[in-house]
Amino acid sequence: MTPDLPAIFTRLRAELPAATLAHLRNPGPSGQDSLLVAPACLVAVCQFLHDSADLDFDLLSNVTGVDWPDPALTDAVALPAEGSAAAVGGFLEVVYHLYSTSRRVGPLVLRARSVDRAEQVHIPSVVAVYRSAEYQEREIFDLFGVKFTGHPDLRRILMWDEFLDHPMRKDYLAPDDYQYEPTPHDAVLEKAKQHYPATSES
Amino acid sequence: MPELDEDQLLHVSLGPQHPSTHGVFRMNVLLDGETVVSLKPVFGYLHRNHEKIAEGITYLSSMPFTDRLDYICPLTNNWAYAQAVEKLAGIEVPERAEYIRVITAELTRLINHSAFVGFFLGDMGAWGSALMYAFREREKILDLFEDLTGARMMSNYMRFGGCRNDLPDGWAAKASVLVNEFPRFLDELENLVTGNEILIARTQNIGALPKEALINGGITGPMLRAAGVAYDIRKVEPYGIYDRFKFRIPLGTTGDCYDRLMIRLLELRESLAILRQALDQLPEGAYIHPKAKIRNFKPPVGEAYARIESPKGELGFYLISDGSAKPFRYRIRPPSFINLTLLEDMCLGLDLADVVLILGSIDIVLGEVDR
Repeated sequence: MTPDLPAIFTRLRAELPAATLAHLRNPGPSGQDSLLVAPACLVAVCQFLHDSADLDFDLLSNVTGVDWPDPALTDAVALPAEGSAAAVGGFLEVVYHLYSTSRRVGPLVLRARSVDRAEQVHIPSVVAVYRSAEYQEREIFDLFGVKFTGHPDLRRILMWDEFLDHPMRKDYLAPDDYQYEPTPHDAVLEKAKQHYPATSES
Repeated sequence: MPELDEDQLLHVSLGPQHPSTHGVFRMNVLLDGETVVSLKPVFGYLHRNHEKIAEGITYLSSMPFTDRLDYICPLTNNWAYAQAVEKLAGIEVPERAEYIRVITAELTRLINHSAFVGFFLGDMGAWGSALMYAFREREKILDLFEDLTGARMMSNYMRFGGCRNDLPDGWAAKASVLVNEFPRFLDELENLVTGNEILIARTQNIGALPKEALINGGITGPMLRAAGVAYDIRKVEPYGIYDRFKFRIPLGTTGDCYDRLMIRLLELRESLAILRQALDQLPEGAYIHPKAKIRNFKPPVGEAYARIESPKGELGFYLISDGSAKPFRYRIRPPSFINLTLLEDMCLGLDLADVVLILGSIDIVLGEVDR
């Protein structure tokens, strides 16, 4: 059963007057609308949804990141909240899918957005409320580069610790030389030069 | 608890190449004598960034990749992905295709759960016999899959709006024979397992956590039901046509390793009940929606999250479409990976030998954990 989002929205407005919320409509046929939550009040909103006896969203099933590098695309697809201009230069987004196991309701979709994609990529961690976010937030940190403040153990999880970039970002450039070739091919050598101009001479 | 002497602790790296880690999974375990003081899983040895690959190719091209997530159960992975795309694009599925999907998914559950029992006994030291019996039955089901999809494991069978091809002649009759013979194997397997004194001594009161902690940790599937939480997506959010079948959800009481084993054995019987009903009711008709688009398929702008009860737990796909032929965002909610969240909590204070059992009872496949 899909949750009654307008009712939850009004409820949250009443219970947490300080929270900045927006209702985002899903243009597609799935009908899964979402709630945009300002990062500053994300933990409070989650705590309320978890603790409230009649809402009882006890299962945070899925947490994932989305990279929105292009403001034009964001306007068309991600639908910024009414009244707020689309973030110039894009942003990173974390999406949460909540369910209630006792009331059999879900998914309630929450979204939180970072300010930009370079420096201000901090989103508060919800591990204290939902333990299931622990590894998933680590995965988002690893692959998207979102920094979760308050996470107990924020390390890379799928890539190795020495890895520098965030491969799920849209502008990630995959290395061309990841495949070993005993006798490098001309085109591969050309490509490798773009990445390693200094070492390609040898 | 007395203060731990750092010098007396032993650091053991269990895996990545270890016969009981079910693949390339590593656990950094800190031991005080035999007792686990800390356990940190290390992931990523099988990481290929499946999600990134999928965002660079068309929707349908990802279908064969989903086979390789949980490679014991490719058909349920196919179904989860097809369902998410159908939700995203608003595609209808014909009745016959829904029946074929249920039949293949429940046959997959038979494979997974019986192989689980085999692997689990292997983890306990009974290497071989139980697993070989399970694989003998698995082989018969894989023969059916080969007749249907052309491949034993990497089936690439579901399509958006139905299935790739119809059941071959006589397939349903062969499947009925298998379903009727399967209970005999189950009796045999249960005899081998349930009354065994060593098994009971090794598994009871091992690895149990309270219900609330499990739900909070995102644990789904047989692991959660073993602790007594009646949460099966086939019942709570009946996808496909699961609301047409009569079946029960077996529940455990304590959630220890013994309950987790028994839940799988009981679920096998319920899967057989679903299979019997589905094979009896199987209607004639189209196996794929006549207007389903294979080439140049572009779902409308929007997003969708869809989930199914895979044999390992809640398998979900989250897709965002920007209106082009490739998904803008493609995310898998892997049950194996998220079920590992509470691994350390389950193992603390137990012996190293129990860690192997607890990991076995979670039932992971590394293709899905690392993606």
